[in-house]
Amino acid sequence: MTAQMTRRQFFKVTAGGVASVGLGALGLSPEQVQAATRPFKLERTTEARNICPYCSVSCGVLMYSIGDKAKNVKAEIIHIEGDPDNPVNRGTLCPKGAGLLDMIHSPNRLKYPEVREAGTSEWKRISWDEAITRIATHMRADRDANFQAKNADGVTVNRWQSAGFLASSAASNEAGYLTNKVLRGLGMTAIDTQARI
Amino acid sequence: MASLAPTFGRGAMTNHWVDIKNADLVLIMGGNAAEAHPCGFKWVIEAKKTRSAKLVVVDPRFTRSAAVADFYAPIRVGSDIAFLSGVINYLLTNDKINHEYVQAYTNAGYLINTGYTFNEGMFSGYDEAKRSYDNTTWKYQMDEATGFAKIDYSMQDPQCVLQLMKQHFAPYTPEVVSKVTGTPQKDYEKILEMMGECAKPNKVMTILYALGWTQHSVGSQNIRTMALIQLLLGNIGMAGGGINALRGHANVQGITDMCLIGASLPGYLANPTDKEATLAQFIEAKTPKLLQAGQMNYWSNYSKFFVSHLKSMYGPNATAENQFGYDWMPKIDGAQDVLALFERMHQGKLTGFFCQGFNPLASVPHAAKLGQALAKLKYLVVMDPLTTETSEFWKAHGEYHDVKPEEVQTEVFRLPANLFAEQEGSFTNSGRVIQWRWSGADAPGETKGDAEIMAALFLKLRDMYADGQGANSEPLKKLHWPYRIPNKPSPEELAKEVSGVALADVLDLKDPTKVLAKAGEQLAGFAQLRDDGSTSCGNWIYSGSWSQVGNLMARRDNSDPSGLGQTLNWGFAWPANRRILYNRASCDANGKPWDAKRTVIKWVGDKWTGNDIPDIRPDAPPAEVSPFIMNPEGVARLFAFAGMKEGPLPVHYEPFESPLAENPMFPSNAKAKNNPAARVFPGDQENFGTADAYPFVATTYRLVEHFHFWTKHSWLNAVTQPEQFVEIGEELAKSKGIAHGDKVRVSSKRGKIEAVAVVTKRIPTLQVNGKPTHTVGIPIHWGFKGVTRPGYLTNVLTPYVGDANVQTPEFKAFLVNIEKV
Amino acid sequence: MTMLDIQRRSATTTEAPQVRHLPKIAKLIDVSTCIGCKACQVACMEWNDLRDEVGKNVGVYDNPADLSDQSWTLMRFSETEQNGKLEWLIRKDGCMHCADPGCLKACPSPGAIIQYSNGIVDFQQDQCIGCGYCIQGCPFNIPRISKKDNKAYKCSLCSDRVAVGQAPACVKTCPTGAIHFGTKEDMQDYAEERITDLKARGYQNAGLYDPQGVGGTHVMYVLQHADQPELYANLPANPKIAATVSLWKGITKPLGLAGFGLIALGAFFHFIKRGRKEVHEDEDDQLAIVRQSGSNGRDA
Repeated sequence: MTAQMTRRQFFKVTAGGVASVGLGALGLSPEQVQAATRPFKLERTTEARNICPYCSVSCGVLMYSIGDKAKNVKAEIIHIEGDPDNPVNRGTLCPKGAGLLDMIHSPNRLKYPEVREAGTSEWKRISWDEAITRIATHMRADRDANFQAKNADGVTVNRWQSAGFLASSAASNEAGYLTNKVLRGLGMTAIDTQARI
Repeated sequence: MASLAPTFGRGAMTNHWVDIKNADLVLIMGGNAAEAHPCGFKWVIEAKKTRSAKLVVVDPRFTRSAAVADFYAPIRVGSDIAFLSGVINYLLTNDKINHEYVQAYTNAGYLINTGYTFNEGMFSGYDEAKRSYDNTTWKYQMDEATGFAKIDYSMQDPQCVLQLMKQHFAPYTPEVVSKVTGTPQKDYEKILEMMGECAKPNKVMTILYALGWTQHSVGSQNIRTMALIQLLLGNIGMAGGGINALRGHANVQGITDMCLIGASLPGYLANPTDKEATLAQFIEAKTPKLLQAGQMNYWSNYSKFFVSHLKSMYGPNATAENQFGYDWMPKIDGAQDVLALFERMHQGKLTGFFCQGFNPLASVPHAAKLGQALAKLKYLVVMDPLTTETSEFWKAHGEYHDVKPEEVQTEVFRLPANLFAEQEGSFTNSGRVIQWRWSGADAPGETKGDAEIMAALFLKLRDMYADGQGANSEPLKKLHWPYRIPNKPSPEELAKEVSGVALADVLDLKDPTKVLAKAGEQLAGFAQLRDDGSTSCGNWIYSGSWSQVGNLMARRDNSDPSGLGQTLNWGFAWPANRRILYNRASCDANGKPWDAKRTVIKWVGDKWTGNDIPDIRPDAPPAEVSPFIMNPEGVARLFAFAGMKEGPLPVHYEPFESPLAENPMFPSNAKAKNNPAARVFPGDQENFGTADAYPFVATTYRLVEHFHFWTKHSWLNAVTQPEQFVEIGEELAKSKGIAHGDKVRVSSKRGKIEAVAVVTKRIPTLQVNGKPTHTVGIPIHWGFKGVTRPGYLTNVLTPYVGDANVQTPEFKAFLVNIEKV
Repeated sequence: MTMLDIQRRSATTTEAPQVRHLPKIAKLIDVSTCIGCKACQVACMEWNDLRDEVGKNVGVYDNPADLSDQSWTLMRFSETEQNGKLEWLIRKDGCMHCADPGCLKACPSPGAIIQYSNGIVDFQQDQCIGCGYCIQGCPFNIPRISKKDNKAYKCSLCSDRVAVGQAPACVKTCPTGAIHFGTKEDMQDYAEERITDLKARGYQNAGLYDPQGVGGTHVMYVLQHADQPELYANLPANPKIAATVSLWKGITKPLGLAGFGLIALGAFFHFIKRGRKEVHEDEDDQLAIVRQSGSNGRDA
């Protein structure tokens, strides 16, 4: 590259040069030996260890939240990064895991039970009590109408086949175990999970 | 997984994530680990860096895994069995097999019934009306004197498995394979050579696959073909080897282990059917007979696992007198997979439906059919942290989802569930390692955990049934509910129940004066389970995960003294904290490691010891007890006489939507064009498209930037991949006048989507059966809810047919047309 | 407050203290093991509290399409055929942290651009006047001026993390270990190992990108084809600080002092008022060449 300058550019550059010299000369720029970086934002946060909920690599994550678990403070996660102790991910996270913060704080998270009444076009907020009571009422009516205690050959089968259940593959083992216990306890057999898709 | 259990005895990833670093050759096929499992993929890179390992990627697309591969070869979607069958043919004809391993650890020398035949793509025993096989002729010849299977250890008998395999795979020559798969023959031969090298005892190959193999009408057989290759090479049980199914979701392994699947109960125990009227009949039917002298036949303990599970279900109500509550357990009738469920829903046979963290409208094929089915329900309950498409199936979302709410009479409930960050409990990774998680924040609004929601529904129903009216309420009243806070069972309580507890003193079976566990104590493992009601265990394969020592899943000691990455004190791996399954096979017949530098375990004269929990009885002499302890013959099954619906050996069948007029392997037999044992519902056959109207092969897949239909709700991820697109090769783009960035319409027999076109060199045009074949690549991540730009659910395009064994939908191979909009 | 020693400061004539022997750090990006997953992009946004817009797909994988005040790093994807084989070269673009930083030299505002003693070149937005000279000074076309506050932004190499002994967010998160961090010497040694491995795999021209035209960089690349850096979305083969910027140090400053005085100071305030756009409108050819060489060349 040759050192060529247009007249206009020369003018521009000199202007800038002059300006800074001028500022220095005017004493606006005291000399410093150190400069501040952005403050390290994790100081005094609370750390919790969890596992990324996406793929089955199950990367360890460190979740940093504000609040020290005091009674009047609602803990809120402000940052997530990989757990360096976890033997599989060793502190790394893929783009999904690195973006977990925005999943936790997604504007599309559900916060309250809702119902959409038959034939209507809107959601309606309801209480947990109403939701559980109404759902259980449906289930009971359905179960009472369709439960089969014995098959045609007189074999005890105790099954309720008219309600189906798709189970979460992002639930914990313990929640999954209890889900299974409840479903079979009610006699449900139409059960599948996300193992295939 | 349905292919691994019939082969090895257990249906799980054999090795684990970190172990991939011990491989010499890594094959990625039927998956795209760099994009779907980036942090696990690091161990591939580690193998490359530290062992100079080679990475081979075989995929219809040049993926991000291919970007860092040493060798890439393209393949037509849906032709993997032909590709892999050619590998088997090469290994057998060029003598690239580990003879000692094959002879001692597989059923290569076992003699098969003389009635077994294979003609023009069909095995003996086919019933066309039922689209199913009777497997009688596939079984072993039995020695009437001993009652065990007959073996020719020289492997020369024409009825022995090895000879049958030679014959079966002979047609898959490199020329034929190249014609069927579109893989250039030169590339294919290079891969054959690289794989053949791994027959040497000190060269190990691993295979990483995922839904690219399972989501086909021949999915299970795709995997079985590879399992056969790994057995012939002697790579199962080895550090750096195995057959590694990379599971999709965070806890899909754990939830599968808990068997939230109609046909199974926790720990892969079978759910009783009408055929087993009593507990005794059930145990008799499920306990396998020993097929070879001296073998462990671990499923002979079936009754201990099953009765202990009944005790966890019904607690003190389960007694020997009432068959431990066997009658309360519902018996299943017919298929319970998600395709079967939606088919029944579509027929109006379901009243209610629950979606717990599951978005079927987005993730099940043929979305139009699903929408019609959901509208026939009386009630739908969605429990989810997010606003899923399924929860709004009744709501109009413009061009992306056209529906009239007033016509949908389903009552829909949406219950807010919490997210991982707000929960405690365990997750099981793909490599079977169970890890504990701690909550880091309060959940927003009124969200509840999944267990809490299930408890609330159960307790409400139990209360309602206190009136003694209606259907039989005894099963739910007898359900054991010992939780301190009944409407909030804690993760600790549940984990202990899953792991197992002694209800009475558990005595040593060999020496009844010795007490192994006192009443009330947590059990040390499944060896302590009993079938007399003295033990309770929610899931036998998790037994010992919370022992008397404490919660082993929460262990965080990552020390790795062997350097192999085993980290035995980190979390807990099922079964019995074993990290590499079938590790007995990492040693020769005398118990000496095939490769001393990668010693997993070894025989030291009186016991097995080493860097893993031996997958064999610790004092089992090497010459007497074979490594595949779950199989009643003690060896792995190259020839699977049971467990595989479409045959004991893999066969190439075309996808249900194929660009070819016939199966090029059996052009004269129309019945053998597609998987003859796959289930097709009435009405769905008519919804399959043909190549004249839909001339291009299509496949759906994930991108590294997104996770299924979740991260479209996360802004950070939306930024990195904001808008729906499809990928096509340069040749197809040119012929259709499509430039990159153009809007295109992709249509199948079932629906259409519109998206931006990405034109790329990475999707090559293949020569298949003498004709150019173009592929349309369709990433799945968009929908009508999210912070990304709205898009179409790609499952409006996909066909409603699944794998013959487990009904995994055929998302990976179907036909479409594409036009510029 | 976390502080780091200064080595150089924009528009400042007095030398910073130089007697301490502080190690120079570097980030090494091994393109041969990069899968283009964008974890670094996400981790960068997350750590630095940035959120770029949800953009559009224009027919390529590069998203966002370009660097911005909210995106300090991004992956640039190039498809190329080498020796009859398709290669998908994926380069993480962002500030190179030049040892001889053109941005700092061009910057007229005292202390708006700092070079720390560890080699990190950091923008101090409180001092930034939004003139855009840093963009003209940069041979890699990295800094971007925000439309929100008219200040320049770019990768800080996570100076806040480095100051407390942590690695930059992109480095820590990288799933395949394609991004490494350490002293510059250690990174050069590690690069040698990677280059040896690549040569053994047939990449005869594998090499380290540490361009001397800018005094070497604190962000370096291992390239499979170091003889053709332009394959990687037009990575410049021989980046140099634009002549105009060199001149400001060499000629213009004395000229400025001697000849233009307060008149020029008036012109300077004109720039403060008008901002970056004005600067860009009258780019000459010389600068255009520099800009192009650092631009997104996804068709390469």
